[in-house]
Amino acid sequence: MRNRLLISAVLGLGLFQLAYAQPGSQLRFCLGSQPKTFNPLLVADDASDTVRYLTGGVLMRLNRKTQQLEPELATSWKVSATGKSISFVLRDNVRFSDGTPFSADDVDYTMQSLMDPALHSPSGDAFRVGEGKMTTQVTAKNKITLNFPVPIVGLDKLFDQVAIVSAHSAQKEAAVLGPYYLAENKSGSYLLLKRNPYYWKHDGSGRQLPYIDSIRLDIQQNRDIEMLRLTRGEIELINTLDPDNYDKLRERAPQMAVDAGVGLDSEQMWFNQVASAPVPAYKKAWFASTRFRQAISQSINRDDLARVVFRGHAHPAVSWVSPANKVWFNDKLQPHRFDPKAALSLMREDGFQLQNGTLHDREGHAVEFSIITNAGNKSREKMATMIQQDLAQIGIRLNIVTLDFPSLIERITRTFNYEACLLGLVNDDLDPNSQMNVWASSSENHQWNPSEKTPATAWEAEIDRLMRAQATTFDFKKRKQAVDRVQQIVWEQEPFIYLVNKEVLSAVSPNVHNASPVALRPQVYWNIDRLMLGTQVAGK
Amino acid sequence: MKSIRVAAILFLATLALACVFAGRFAPASYAEQFRDLPDAACTRTHPLGTDDLGRDRLARLLYGTRVSLILAPTAALLATLLAGLVGASAGFFGGRVESCVMAITDLVLAMPWFFLLITIRALMPLNVAPLTSVTITFAMLGCLGWAGAARVVCADARTLCRSDMVLLARACGTSGLRLLWRHILPNLRPVLYAQFWISVPIFILTEANLGMLGLGVAEPLPSWGSLLRELESYSAGSSQPWVFAPLLLLIITVSCFQLAVRKEEIRA
Repeated sequence: MRNRLLISAVLGLGLFQLAYAQPGSQLRFCLGSQPKTFNPLLVADDASDTVRYLTGGVLMRLNRKTQQLEPELATSWKVSATGKSISFVLRDNVRFSDGTPFSADDVDYTMQSLMDPALHSPSGDAFRVGEGKMTTQVTAKNKITLNFPVPIVGLDKLFDQVAIVSAHSAQKEAAVLGPYYLAENKSGSYLLLKRNPYYWKHDGSGRQLPYIDSIRLDIQQNRDIEMLRLTRGEIELINTLDPDNYDKLRERAPQMAVDAGVGLDSEQMWFNQVASAPVPAYKKAWFASTRFRQAISQSINRDDLARVVFRGHAHPAVSWVSPANKVWFNDKLQPHRFDPKAALSLMREDGFQLQNGTLHDREGHAVEFSIITNAGNKSREKMATMIQQDLAQIGIRLNIVTLDFPSLIERITRTFNYEACLLGLVNDDLDPNSQMNVWASSSENHQWNPSEKTPATAWEAEIDRLMRAQATTFDFKKRKQAVDRVQQIVWEQEPFIYLVNKEVLSAVSPNVHNASPVALRPQVYWNIDRLMLGTQVAGK
Repeated sequence: MKSIRVAAILFLATLALACVFAGRFAPASYAEQFRDLPDAACTRTHPLGTDDLGRDRLARLLYGTRVSLILAPTAALLATLLAGLVGASAGFFGGRVESCVMAITDLVLAMPWFFLLITIRALMPLNVAPLTSVTITFAMLGCLGWAGAARVVCADARTLCRSDMVLLARACGTSGLRLLWRHILPNLRPVLYAQFWISVPIFILTEANLGMLGLGVAEPLPSWGSLLRELESYSAGSSQPWVFAPLLLLIITVSCFQLAVRKEEIRA
């Protein structure tokens, strides 16, 4: 009897130890590079943004699926009628990952740091729209009001990017309010994030979130190796896949491949319209002509670009707002049709003539121009080659020049020594106000003709007026009308010839549950605290 | 051995003919995009299939071979001649001349060519025809690729200068440039041949890598380098083994050159 008891005790102890010796659930995926910073206020690169999203606590979060703001650390908020101030009521009994209590002081400290010009916070740029200082009023431990010197349209949405840092913790920005905290950083190799023991969120059954115990982020630049690791089961997800790898994955493991539909990013080309550019005068005249730009646009087969270059995982683009942006997209507009005959007619109206298969302008110059794009980007190189053949059909010779990225940026922003450029626009923000720096004619990012002292054309003046109007009113209907009209002007004038909007392609292992990839970043793990691994579901 | 040499020469002759008459043998233009047939498998119409833009691979291979087969050896010849001139002079004259020339050679070897090439590309005009662009690329390679070979040639020339053969020539009254021209340079021929044949595939691969910087062959003109870039994707060959055709052709061609020329060299 004594022996049996001893055996039972030993067995029991063994099972007990076995149960606790099991490693916790771990989600693994790759980062393209080592994060440049772990300070959430200084994030400027993708890898740092991923860490901020996984570790940072925010006052409100944009639900990537519904595209609506949801309360997080703030239980409620109110933007003043003038759009200059916002008041928050904060959640009680919340603690940072090191146990430090969270209060309005932390929000105050975060915002003061963010707005400090000496810090050069990229997240703070969005709040610094006018001259003057921001002031704060902490009215209670859980109440704070932020006052800005000028009205900020879409003010509340900007807080999705503001991770609150602690004013009192000895760990400073290492103390976080998000679902995970950074436990280990092996520079250039991997990051290990562990579950925040003080994370405030609970599921419907009262269980503390997140479900997954830790996240291992391996630094992996090579996308092919990343794919290989996914198929070997060494990682659980890939946030964005290129079309080639997506199709290969769909053949090998269709259950892993996810197409979240059209995204916000666009690919476009434009002509250099800078008056002082070192480009021959007759070419400047071509590029300034609306008919010429429209004809080029109509000569490009966007359906083919989407089908061949992106293997069907892209859609012909319409204008500067992607159809993925459900709120702001002008659905009355359609992509430009591929119609080389109509393009030639437009060219003839402008005095161009097709002679022996070559298009000539009214002064007899053969129509030939170069297009620059960044070297190493296969999709853009392929698009340029297809556009080259499309334009050859109407007698235009296109020379493709691939340049390293710094040289390209130098040409399009400083020397303006180029004729046409093919690039993409990565867009994270749904609000059109975020593109103010592209559409304002005085802006440095007004790529086809930057920093205009006065609008060079009547339609640019109209865009300026409409963009200013939408940026200074809080009436959604008026804003929508203005943004729709700007989309229409851009569609007609084609300062940017929009080519395609790419689909958001991801890969998720069937072992990951509750994953619901969406078009907005971060596509797969936007609901990281609700993700669950297969083993957990089985034991749930 | 003779039969292998004959086979190598026959292969090279066939290849040269195929490239010269590429227009006749190629099923389509190298630039034509059959957009309904991207990444097609081998068929009668497209014996090596099509690339990701639907262009006939055989046509691109033939035209690409023509470009690379003319320009890579030309660039290698330029680099070898420069290496021979610089290396032999340094080895022959010795002393301060050698120190000075080798210091320049070391400087050239130590230069960050990557950044220099980027600068050169930034200075080049944008509206350049693809053929001009590829000629400039290979000319640059020829002008920049001599330094490593010059060191080898210099060492060989120095050894030759101390040899009994040269001592005998000097004793017979031969000196100066005549000694260099009649006795040193002919004996450097094997090492120059070796440097030449090493340079050809290196230049072809360098051209492929330069494509990443926008310095390679501009679209739509093909070259072996641009065709080899298709192999960047790790799984490219798994479902389409014919994408390895340019690589196979490169290996066979370079090997055939070695086999065909070795006999000539021995005779010389």
